[in-house]
Amino acid sequence: MEDKKLLITPAPHIRSGDTVPGVMEGVIFALVPAMFAAAYFFGFAALQIILTCILACVVTEALWVYARKKDVRAYLGDGSAVVTGILLAFTLPPTTPLWTAALGGIIGISLGKHIFGGLGYNVFNPALVGRAFLTVSFPSLMTNWVFDGVTVATPLEHYAATEYITSYWDLFVGSIGGCLGETSAILILLGGAYLLYRGIIDWRLALGYAGTVVIFALLLGRDPIFHLFSGGLILGAIFMITDPVTSPIGRKARWVYAIGAGLLVMVIRIWGAAPGGVLYSILLMNATVPLLDRYLPDRIFGEVSKK
Amino acid sequence: MALKTFKRGTVAPERKEATRNQAIQKSSVPEKVYLPLAEGPGEPAKPVVKKGDEVKAGQLLAEAQGNWGLPVRASISGTVEGIVERALVSGQSGKAIVIAAAGEESSPALEPLGEKIEDLDPAAIITRVQEAGILGMGGAAFPAHIKLAPPEGVTIDTVIINGAECEPYLTCDEKIMEEKPEEIVKGLQILMQATGAKEGIIGVKGHKKKALEGLEKAAEGLPAIRTCALADKYPQGAEKMLIDAILRRRVPKGGLPFQVGVVVNNVQTAVAVKEAVLDGQSLLKRVVTVTGSGVNEPKDIEVYVGTLAAEVVEMAGGLKEEAGKVVHGGPLMGISQHNLDFPLGKSTAGLLILSEEEAHLPREWECIRCARCVDNCPMFLNPISLANFSQFDRLEDMERFSIMECIECGTCSYICPAKKPLVQRIILGKGALRAAQRKNAGRD
Repeated sequence: MEDKKLLITPAPHIRSGDTVPGVMEGVIFALVPAMFAAAYFFGFAALQIILTCILACVVTEALWVYARKKDVRAYLGDGSAVVTGILLAFTLPPTTPLWTAALGGIIGISLGKHIFGGLGYNVFNPALVGRAFLTVSFPSLMTNWVFDGVTVATPLEHYAATEYITSYWDLFVGSIGGCLGETSAILILLGGAYLLYRGIIDWRLALGYAGTVVIFALLLGRDPIFHLFSGGLILGAIFMITDPVTSPIGRKARWVYAIGAGLLVMVIRIWGAAPGGVLYSILLMNATVPLLDRYLPDRIFGEVSKK
Repeated sequence: MALKTFKRGTVAPERKEATRNQAIQKSSVPEKVYLPLAEGPGEPAKPVVKKGDEVKAGQLLAEAQGNWGLPVRASISGTVEGIVERALVSGQSGKAIVIAAAGEESSPALEPLGEKIEDLDPAAIITRVQEAGILGMGGAAFPAHIKLAPPEGVTIDTVIINGAECEPYLTCDEKIMEEKPEEIVKGLQILMQATGAKEGIIGVKGHKKKALEGLEKAAEGLPAIRTCALADKYPQGAEKMLIDAILRRRVPKGGLPFQVGVVVNNVQTAVAVKEAVLDGQSLLKRVVTVTGSGVNEPKDIEVYVGTLAAEVVEMAGGLKEEAGKVVHGGPLMGISQHNLDFPLGKSTAGLLILSEEEAHLPREWECIRCARCVDNCPMFLNPISLANFSQFDRLEDMERFSIMECIECGTCSYICPAKKPLVQRIILGKGALRAAQRKNAGRD
């Protein structure tokens, strides 16, 4: 027994089974229902765009990791590049040329993720950085809703032009014009329910964001249901605002972040000229995260209110 | 009835099956015991015996020093072999009195204080608790008599007995609750008498039905005493979490339980108090859980204080070939040991032996800022930020984010999907901050 080598490690000596790749797998699994919706409504084109984005993201990530002299296989194993690829594809119109989709992935992973140091260090959501780049570089491609020879305006565009409100049922099920992953609210919510059950996303972020939109719409006398289920709002509330890396850690900071983004969406939608309220609301709030975390520490156990 | 609990925290696996259904086994008298002059935060005791002296179990070997100090008493009868400098738990070294066993167990060295608890003098109880060498047996090793004598003007209205035993693997408290409920209730009554508390509550996890039933039966006809069924959460046994769960009172930041009128004692401490006061028996033995996949026959053993860990492990069938880590305490807060050459103390609740496979640290990933550490921290702290501040020596930030409030329960490291050593970094940060504060105080 004396010569037995005993291992010395700090406590705790048991760990939960959750891992970072496990979390990413959970997110990918939750995205599957909306992927089916995309395939159902937009057909083969949707699958091509999704696969292109995933491939572009994974290859770009591999090159960056290689260039930074890290273990490529170990880094790719976390699965985060796949998540970015799917999310980026979900924000693209079904008519997006494949080279454009790939470019979005390359820019998203490069300028959105690896120049900050890779997973966990990025300030902005990489998928949204990719999408924002495409929006400003190829505005006409990003708002081309001609599909199968028919021009379909998105519900928000339709509303902006004619104050026409798409039927709630169509909004909910997803038989509307729009980007790949943002049409079927119900299937996105299904994925969201799974993520909540797994404890992967925080309900505070989703509720703070969507709830602010509803309240703001009510206060302005707009249709809250329409605002909630149109555009990428539900996709944003479930999969974008809840991105752990780019949202605050503190609880108070999380509420401020989500509500701030909700206000920005409505400001952009109601008074802004450009589409993409969800995209810019989240990207802009991403920038505030370090400060929110630093200056809004939570009240700790047994701490008395300073009021 | 709904189970009581605190906010946040996590659910850890129990892993108590190996020892839960066996009775406590009594250890035979070991050949030698090594009794450290100090255990816990008090000053080391001053020896009053010398090499060659014959001593009886319970006899005073070293006198308590200072307010917080505890005396050392012989846990077995025998001959003093000397006072040696030796390895103690967790690689520390210190002076210990060595006794080689000889002769029979003897009658208690102290007189019972009385028979009727309600007639006992509170001050006499507190003195007796110190004389008997009683300290926090849940693992904290805090001198019990200090807890019982809060500052002038403080009213204690409730004594809570901590039977939560929230560390996985450990069952020694559960077994004590099942086997000695009457003693626990009597100990609680004595603690209430000592502090003037009107209410006594024993907190036990709701699924420990046998323990709860036994305690309820033992408390029958005593209106001031009740049990409280707790939810299965970690760290339910942390003092602040226990008080919050049972009484909905939160100990203020940086404070102690007496500030909300409460004294908390472990179940084994309660038994020790009862034996010291009513039987004149000093704290010479305690129940230790020896368990884990690296030991042949996991069991709860009543051991003599000062028995070497190696000997206690032999009582549990010895180490298996694949044993790879020895933990003093439970898996979440316990400290891994270099070897088994250290004496068990009064605050040793468990020896956990893990296999080599379980012993290795899991692979680390990049932190994805998922905030599970925040959402599970029972003290509502921000563990990942604290760990980062600690890594970069940002003392002001550590202070601003209340690093000293960390109770070191390990929930953050346990729950972390990136497997970051969060609590370890926070503990290092606390040390750095404490050192800096001491240095500043010296300068002023």
